Amino acid sequence: MSTLERARPSEPHMPVSPQLAMRVAVLGAIAMALFAVILFRLWFLQVLTGEQYVLQANANHERDLPIAAPRGEILDRAGQPLVSSRTTNAVQIIPSALPGEGAPRRALYRRLGRLLGLSAGGIQALVEHGQTTLRYAPVTIKTDAGPEVLTVLAERQNEYPGVVQQPVSIRSYRYGEMAAQVLGYVGQVSKAELKMRAFAGVQQGTVVGQEGLEYYYDRYLRGKAGVERVEVNAAGYPVKSRLAPTVPQAGHSLRVTLDLGLQKASEQALLQGMEHARASGRPANAGAFLAMDPRTGQILSLGSWPSFDPNKFAKPLTKGQFERLQGNSIEGGPLTDRAVNGTYPTGSTFKPITAMGALESGVLDPGAGLGAGSCISVSTQQFCNAGHADYGAVSLVDALRVSSDTYFFEVGELANSHGNVIQRKAEELGIGHKTGIDLPSEITGIVPDSRWRAKQNAVELQCEHRTHRASCGIVGEIRPWSVGDNMHLAVGQGDLVTSPLQMAVAYSTLANAYMNSGEGTVVTPHLGLEVDDSAGGLVQALSPPPARHVHLNYSDLSLVMEGIHNAASMQGGTSFDVWQGWDQGQHPVYGKTGTAQREPKEDQSWYMCYVGDPRRPIVIAVTVEQGGWGAETAAPIARLIASKWFGKPSKFVVGSSKTL
Amino acid sequence: MPLSPIKPTEEPPVAPPRSVRMPLDPLLTLAVLGLAACSIVTLGAATRNLIPGQPGYYVNRQLIYLIVGIIAMVILSRIDYARLRQLKNGIYALLLLSILAVLGLGHAARGSQRAINLPFFSFQASELGKVLLTVAIAAFVVDRARRLRDRDTTVRVMIAALVPAMFVIAQPDLGSGMVYMVVAFTMLFVAGTAWRHLASLLALVAVSLTFILVAAPAVGVHVLKPYQVARLTAFLHPSSNPETEGYQQQESKIAIGSGQKFGRGANSSQTRLNFVPEDHTDFVFAAVGEQYGFVGAAIVLALYALLIWRTLGVLVMSKDLFGSLIAAGIAAMLMFQVFVNVGMTIGIMPITGVTLPLMSYGGSSVITTLLAVGLLQSIYVQARASASLKGRVLRY
Repeated sequence: MSTLERARPSEPHMPVSPQLAMRVAVLGAIAMALFAVILFRLWFLQVLTGEQYVLQANANHERDLPIAAPRGEILDRAGQPLVSSRTTNAVQIIPSALPGEGAPRRALYRRLGRLLGLSAGGIQALVEHGQTTLRYAPVTIKTDAGPEVLTVLAERQNEYPGVVQQPVSIRSYRYGEMAAQVLGYVGQVSKAELKMRAFAGVQQGTVVGQEGLEYYYDRYLRGKAGVERVEVNAAGYPVKSRLAPTVPQAGHSLRVTLDLGLQKASEQALLQGMEHARASGRPANAGAFLAMDPRTGQILSLGSWPSFDPNKFAKPLTKGQFERLQGNSIEGGPLTDRAVNGTYPTGSTFKPITAMGALESGVLDPGAGLGAGSCISVSTQQFCNAGHADYGAVSLVDALRVSSDTYFFEVGELANSHGNVIQRKAEELGIGHKTGIDLPSEITGIVPDSRWRAKQNAVELQCEHRTHRASCGIVGEIRPWSVGDNMHLAVGQGDLVTSPLQMAVAYSTLANAYMNSGEGTVVTPHLGLEVDDSAGGLVQALSPPPARHVHLNYSDLSLVMEGIHNAASMQGGTSFDVWQGWDQGQHPVYGKTGTAQREPKEDQSWYMCYVGDPRRPIVIAVTVEQGGWGAETAAPIARLIASKWFGKPSKFVVGSSKTL
Repeated sequence: MPLSPIKPTEEPPVAPPRSVRMPLDPLLTLAVLGLAACSIVTLGAATRNLIPGQPGYYVNRQLIYLIVGIIAMVILSRIDYARLRQLKNGIYALLLLSILAVLGLGHAARGSQRAINLPFFSFQASELGKVLLTVAIAAFVVDRARRLRDRDTTVRVMIAALVPAMFVIAQPDLGSGMVYMVVAFTMLFVAGTAWRHLASLLALVAVSLTFILVAAPAVGVHVLKPYQVARLTAFLHPSSNPETEGYQQQESKIAIGSGQKFGRGANSSQTRLNFVPEDHTDFVFAAVGEQYGFVGAAIVLALYALLIWRTLGVLVMSKDLFGSLIAAGIAAMLMFQVFVNVGMTIGIMPITGVTLPLMSYGGSSVITTLLAVGLLQSIYVQARASASLKGRVLRY
């Protein structure tokens, strides 16, 4: 063995020529050089810059997907749900798992479209839009597809690659069109909204409030989205994740001041009143109501017609559908909340405000008889009562009862020489300013005076110069403030622009001052009552302080209140017959009809009232566009609302007074 | 009752002399087994999710290919390679025929016809061709050993390599075609061709590359398919089209870089979740780099260094020029493939579709490489035998 071992040659037998040795050495050197290059490069990639590639690799396969937080409920003042969230199965598409672009994908869209009742192009548009807003997230194609469809999708998964179903939470508005403008609706947060401070911290794709209370109280309702960190493979398919998700925090619930029973009854009353007006040949195509606690500004019911179903916003609307809801006229469409954003003259419901202004500035002697005859003339103009009625010379209380226009024309004429006494009182009581209601928008309104007139003239002139047009339509004609303007304002006509909400605030101020011997508060009307957490614990009580306190002369105020109480309770009062059978002793009604002239349209019916009660007083505002006389359409609606509030038998009594 | 058979006398078997029982080259064998083990370990993790429900699909097949290849290597090591010299024309004909067969009846796989689909195996003729060409060219060169400095020899040898290379490039398998040319060139170099000729060949390559990539497309002639040109040039500007040609390389670089010093192990998202396409075949080195980091990559490279070093050792110890040239060709093949493939995964070489010998998944590549190593073993065994037995040819 050892001999054999020794016999082994230690080196190859073939003598290696110097040339071969040199060339093999070159080959070896090349090999060494190549390995050196590779090792150097690997050192650079892995050791020197490795961390950067770890980040890139993680960015490749980790995706943060938001888990939507359940949105808080909206409850009425007694805690009955008005808006809640409901879980349903949504059909979703995972874009990365779809078959290839072109024919196979189009075929899938067509198959899916047939199943869901959608067009293939529509599905494609949804997928493309979804991918631009939130990459990697599944795109919802249809919510509430129904059990049959979901069964088909589950059983034939191979025929629908990339189509999945996922439980999603959607908003449910239990009463459909009821109070739709107040409650608002929800939708995916838009690019513009993401930049707003109100939506700070909201992630793309989150569903947020877009209108009404849903928008105003969104920061309480929306909760905090959770995060699911999913791992995806190169094709974008999510793979089983080992990363724990952050649990979403449910939104708080919002209790509002609305009274569900009163809200339902008010909606019903408005519809009934409008229907009655239409039966008597009025167009009566739109209207609004509002009931409020005059002491606190808590809104008990608020509605606007035409209305819409906010549930429809759960699915994406087409452009045409949305434009129809918005409406193209100045009056707006179903989305417009006429109680808050309606821009109306008020007609005679303004007269108590005129009276307060004139009385408190000493312009008017309440006992003096004014307004004799059916018309009064100022320079060349005639100012007449409706139907050229002649109430004779009457005192203030009677003038309010019968709603004598000639009386208030004279008041307006008298007041004009004393400056803006009517205007100042109107603004003091809450007209012509934003009320501060907790809704996303409300009108400012206009209480016209000579200054306002001059400014409008200047703006019109500037516009005409700039655009080289004959008229910009800002004012009818360029002329200075005249006594006629003040006389029109005195009866709630002319350039006066306000909303049922502002009128309700003004009447509330009169009412709570009347309860408090002249010490009144201009309340901040509000809908939010309190914010509760999902377990029901109080998070925050919402009671905005009043805008300001006002002191009204109690004897002047008493006269005005007597006048409008007589109007509702005494023979000859404009809404006397509407309130027939009402127990005025238990619940005295202080009500004023109004018929606002809005040519070329038909007159707008108005009714404003305060119904007294030691525990639950109420101020009600009702207006119906093109609804005719105030006593004919608006006042009966107000009575129905009051009946519901005080638990009286509801009685629809049409008034016969034909006063403006 | 028949008598019990006579017991054969227990003759102690005559132990052949140790040198005659000559085993395989130990370091060469170690390198091969080490790389085979690395391949199995790497593929195990990288291909687990490639076919849903079949985590072992690729590993099991690779294991079979490696076993078949190692058996073939052992068998080949027991055969005297010198006999192949007489078969040179047959081997060259087989090379051309198999490549043409692929062109003729090969099936289209990913836009290319590189393989003949057998029931259990898809046979890539261009891979086997690397070994066939090495043997054939080595034999041609040995035949003209006395006229090595003639220009005629250089031209003929290069044409002999160029013909199959063109067919292979037409398949299109650019990588294998380039291997053929490099193999032939290296054999000429080792055999002792004049520097002058070698320099002219390199100049010719430079001119033709310029022509193929720049001049010809400019006048509307596309020698290479557009995707080949795009792949070849993508690594020069990786961020210009990261979605297509640059994508593979970019993802591969991310995979390797993110491995850092010691690798990401089970967290290797780039390869586990298939962000690196072909991370089991051409881009297997990306899987090594991500899973086992710089340390793992260095171990694999060390095994290749050992393999190539031993190949050069076999070259030097060969009993004849034929063996040396075969070893030179195989050394060239291994060096070129390792450098081009690894260079491609780390972004310093273009994407050419060259496999990483023994590591990349694929029967043709694995078995071909093991056949080549078998030839090396045969050369080693014959060299040892001729040295110890003074020229007696060993028979087993």
